[in-house]
Amino acid sequence: MTGWSQALGAHPGAAAGAAETVSGNRGLQIEEKLLFEQDSPGHCGVDLPEPAGLAPRLGGTERKGPIGLPGLSEPQIVRHFTRLSQKNYAIDSGIYPLGSCTMKHNPRLNEKLARLPGFADLHPLQPPATVAGALELVDTLAHWLKTLTGMPAMALSPAAGAHGELCGMMTIRAALTARGDPRRRILVPESAHGTNPATAATCGYAIDNIPNNARGRVDLAALKAELGGDVAALMLTNPNTCGLFEDEILDIAAAVHSAGAFFYCDGANFNAIVGRVRPGDLGIDALHLNLHKTFSTPHGGGGPGSGPVALAAELAPFAPLPWLVHDHGGLRLVEHRDGEAAQSIGRLKGFHGQIGMFVRALAYMMSHGADGLKQAAEDAVLNANYLRVRLEGALSLSYPGPCMHEVLFDDRFLKDTGATTLDFAKALIDEGFHPMTMYFPLIVHGALLIEPTESESKASLDQFADTVLALAARARGGDATSFHAAPRLAPRRRLDETTAARKPVLRWRPEPAQREAAE
Amino acid sequence: MSLLRFTKDHEWIRQEGDTAVIGITDYAQEQLGDVVYVELPELGRQVERGGEAAVVESAKAASEVYAPVAGEVVAVNDAIAADPATVNTDPMGNGWFIKLRLAEPAQLDGLMDEAAYRKFIAELK
Repeated sequence: MTGWSQALGAHPGAAAGAAETVSGNRGLQIEEKLLFEQDSPGHCGVDLPEPAGLAPRLGGTERKGPIGLPGLSEPQIVRHFTRLSQKNYAIDSGIYPLGSCTMKHNPRLNEKLARLPGFADLHPLQPPATVAGALELVDTLAHWLKTLTGMPAMALSPAAGAHGELCGMMTIRAALTARGDPRRRILVPESAHGTNPATAATCGYAIDNIPNNARGRVDLAALKAELGGDVAALMLTNPNTCGLFEDEILDIAAAVHSAGAFFYCDGANFNAIVGRVRPGDLGIDALHLNLHKTFSTPHGGGGPGSGPVALAAELAPFAPLPWLVHDHGGLRLVEHRDGEAAQSIGRLKGFHGQIGMFVRALAYMMSHGADGLKQAAEDAVLNANYLRVRLEGALSLSYPGPCMHEVLFDDRFLKDTGATTLDFAKALIDEGFHPMTMYFPLIVHGALLIEPTESESKASLDQFADTVLALAARARGGDATSFHAAPRLAPRRRLDETTAARKPVLRWRPEPAQREAAE
Repeated sequence: MSLLRFTKDHEWIRQEGDTAVIGITDYAQEQLGDVVYVELPELGRQVERGGEAAVVESAKAASEVYAPVAGEVVAVNDAIAADPATVNTDPMGNGWFIKLRLAEPAQLDGLMDEAAYRKFIAELK
């Protein structure tokens, strides 16, 4: 083993296979070396002829020596990435119950349609006249999203949820500036997503927290006490990170608006309410959606995110460019910040957004239809409540049910067992399950937040619940040692997260002997 | 004679004449888990009572350390920035965060003494 692997293996028991087999491999799970460690100088996956009569025209800026890329053949590279992918756990492998992440199935139909050459081979600099079909697709997607949100304008270019938040908050800031009333504070409840205060800070605002009440919802009285003429907006996540619907949201909206502030809603959990509730009816002024959550486009490394933002009429003039407007002749692109778009906040992203994700999201919506989308939301809520009911006797439910699309437990059930939330999650890995979200939200102690999504069958939910119940029984049975030893069966044993954070090693470097040989 | 006081946000503050040393309590470090990063304010900064004075990050979460009273930052503990583990091993001693020159020493009177703080955390558990 060379330097990098040793560094990873330095934690006791980290190299799981090493002691058990001669090779260090486990079964057909290969102990894969880094590409740099596999370097065979002279090997190359492609064979390009040296062009004749080459005259450098870089004006002396050519590189002076080798840059240290490894020599590798094509089969070496193919095996390397195939082996790495086999170590990965994905939604295509099994249940992925990460709360607030909405790891739902990515339908294959979406993928098929996104690969149609008319969409996949477009270039963003093609003349608009040659991309009429793509523009119509974008407009149709916007129409569906506007219908579902009950809001009049959609900004499609933001590249992810947090980018959508930034877009929404920038339009709010622009609207306040335009009315000559720049305000400096943003209120964020404790049960909001962590990106909300980060977004507000990025926009230059001071952030004040609003506490939750005993029911896991925003404390309305505390909110009213904080509201004033210096508050630019409230950023609320609904359903919130406790998996609860903010049932006083109409009063919240009224209070925010009567203070002259805007009401931003984090719509990352929109998957719980699609077809049931239109955010526009709740008094929300800006709301981002995550196409890579609610509308089934891949995420978590599977594909770029997409975070469209729905805007109320008052904020629509400030929407980012480009705009797609209906004219006599059809759809027209507005790409410059003048004329009708003079108040726009400008471009947030090169070109028009993640078109491949637009195709997938629209395919998902059209294949489900309005009734199907509503049922997906209802099934997501049903699945979370099924798990709540199956688990609440053994785990400690943080707030009384029913919940929405995710269910929140805390670590009271582990009290005096010697096992922690982290140990419990690691034990789940040994049992073949990706853990739930741990230690978030921060408002409960040792949180375990479970979001099964509508993708899971009853059989799959039962398998997961049976395992969680068995582990909870084992913890209460006094077997803390086995929890502390977990995971025993993963490619790596318990990683030393503390040392990784305190002394991060971010770059592989060759061993001195290798370095000398290379030189 | 030094006066030790506590906040509901789990900071401790020890008065030493016209200055005071501030850190996080043993309960706070235990709740955070292994501290991996500490961000300290620049010297000379004026902090308000209840304002953010430092940031402490563990494997689980990042949290603010609030100034229990108003004052000017006259010293910061660079040793905990270099070795954040000190916050876990000696929170009430070598793991201190900052020293303030007190703007209004009377503000200390509103804080909990050790007995009151012990009672406060006993109720949290």
